[in-house]
Amino acid sequence: MRVCLAGDWTLRFLGPRLDALQGHLRGVGGGAGWDLSGVSRLDSFGAMLLWRHWGRRRPEGLVLPAELEGVFGRLAELGEARLEARAPYRWLDGTAQVGRGVFGFGRHVVQFVALVGQLCLDLVYLLRYRGHWPLLEISANFYKVGVQAMPVIALVGFLIGVVLSYLSALQLQLFGADVFIVNILGFGIIRELGPVLVAVLVAGRSGSAMTAQIGVMRVTEEIDALTTMGISRYVRLVLPKVVALTLAMPLVTLWGSSMALFGGMVSANLQLGLSFDFFLNALPRAVPAVNLLIGLSKGVVFGLLIALVACHFGLRVRPNTESLSANTTASVVSSITVVILVDAVFAIATRSIGLPR
Amino acid sequence: MPAHPVELRGVSTRFGQTWVHRRIDLAVPAGEVVALVGGSGTGKTTLLRQMVGLLQPAEGEVRLFGEPLASGSRADQLARRRRFGMLFQQGALFSALNVFANVAFPLREFGIRDEGMLRDLVLLKLAMVELGPEVALRMPAELSGGMVKRVALARALALEPELLLLDEPTAGLDPDRSAGFVRLIRALHKALGLTVILVTHDLDTLAALATRVAVLSEGRILAFGPLEEIMRVQDPFIERFFHGERSQAALARGREQG
Repeated sequence: MRVCLAGDWTLRFLGPRLDALQGHLRGVGGGAGWDLSGVSRLDSFGAMLLWRHWGRRRPEGLVLPAELEGVFGRLAELGEARLEARAPYRWLDGTAQVGRGVFGFGRHVVQFVALVGQLCLDLVYLLRYRGHWPLLEISANFYKVGVQAMPVIALVGFLIGVVLSYLSALQLQLFGADVFIVNILGFGIIRELGPVLVAVLVAGRSGSAMTAQIGVMRVTEEIDALTTMGISRYVRLVLPKVVALTLAMPLVTLWGSSMALFGGMVSANLQLGLSFDFFLNALPRAVPAVNLLIGLSKGVVFGLLIALVACHFGLRVRPNTESLSANTTASVVSSITVVILVDAVFAIATRSIGLPR
Repeated sequence: MPAHPVELRGVSTRFGQTWVHRRIDLAVPAGEVVALVGGSGTGKTTLLRQMVGLLQPAEGEVRLFGEPLASGSRADQLARRRRFGMLFQQGALFSALNVFANVAFPLREFGIRDEGMLRDLVLLKLAMVELGPEVALRMPAELSGGMVKRVALARALALEPELLLLDEPTAGLDPDRSAGFVRLIRALHKALGLTVILVTHDLDTLAALATRVAVLSEGRILAFGPLEEIMRVQDPFIERFFHGERSQAALARGREQG
């Protein structure tokens, strides 16, 4: 049998007809004579198609025009190039995976502790050299995580307050215990809901931004540039974020809780007919002031933790997009988890403080 | 292939209040290696990005393969885009994919599903840029600067383009690597009959590669022609750019390679 090829044997032309063509090729048995003198254009895709069909060698009786020699020369040079085989999955690999996970978690803990330790050392250093405080960065971060977060926190807080108040009012009306709406909202929001809600919002909004910022600075070698200038990344990048968020969080918590209480107050007014005046007078009597203190100290601790976790993951970013997205995700998930864990610790530690008996 | 794969007609570019280009006309003949040169900030890369449709000129028209880039149906546009490959300055490899997947990406998008064929094609492309199969499973972050450029070139060549656009192909490579890369592009140009447009600052590269040079200055094409002709043009910019002591030495080195 003799096979004569003609026309364009290029990817652009063959691509759409590949299946049909491979069917035709399969129909040609071994030992056929090939004549390529009619081919007008041949690119490496077309050549590869034929080469694979020929079993990676020139068939006998091949008629090949001189200008096509180069393409097949390259293919012959390539030889039997193979990819490195990946090791197949074995049943012990699962165990190894678990082990790697445990060691990975251990490394996280060690690095986190090292980060905290480094910050403590830097604080001692900064106590001695007052002029080195990164005040400008702290102020800029404070504005970003505090002031700019106010609108969204106000909106979410207000709506949560409205919903909480409305649902509670429906139940309280059944018992005629309308005035206790003040106690429910006061305790729930000031002590618990306000700090946690704000922490979740801030972790999503500012924590992710911090991780991404430090991460991108690692990708673009900006952190290395800082180091070569003799500027500590911890003093200039991590510390301002941690200090700013630690200072801003109690204030943002106060703002969020106030807006939630305001929402609850509006809803109670509409649903139960409680006047604003009554609500505001009953609130300090129903909720001891120490609850506000607990709420605000939660804010301080949550702020500190969110910033530390965000910076920890930011510094772990390796220079590729996948690592950036994985660490940003991990940062937000971890900080929210940590916030809720620490909130539980708070609940246990403060169980005998500020609650009605 | 049409006689002029890339044609600029009266292209003007404005950034804010400043005009970067003023009514540029340029027709790149098929099979040539055209170098765009000019001082910093003359918009060489901008012009290159306009050719591939990443930027829109304020006025004028860019024609690729005889038609405006954005003409025809979506399928036509896609087919037109698959006829050229671009090598970005930093390589622009997909950092989440390994070398193999980076080079295979355009082929998979094209619709090649046969994994055996895909593997052979990718290894062939890698061999064309003088990389062995041992780098195929590495991630871009684990490659040196020169290797990133080679892989990026392999990816740009994956769909057998007729036109190759190179943005600063030798920037950031040491002289030895850069000479190697130039040899590689010359060999590919000869073997595949590509049309190549490159932007470069590097006179070595220019002298070794370009069959024609377009000089951009003050928002227009000052001169377009073979290097020898350009050297004879009387102009203060060309004087400074090509006739300095360092420039002469670089051009001589490049000609040796060429």
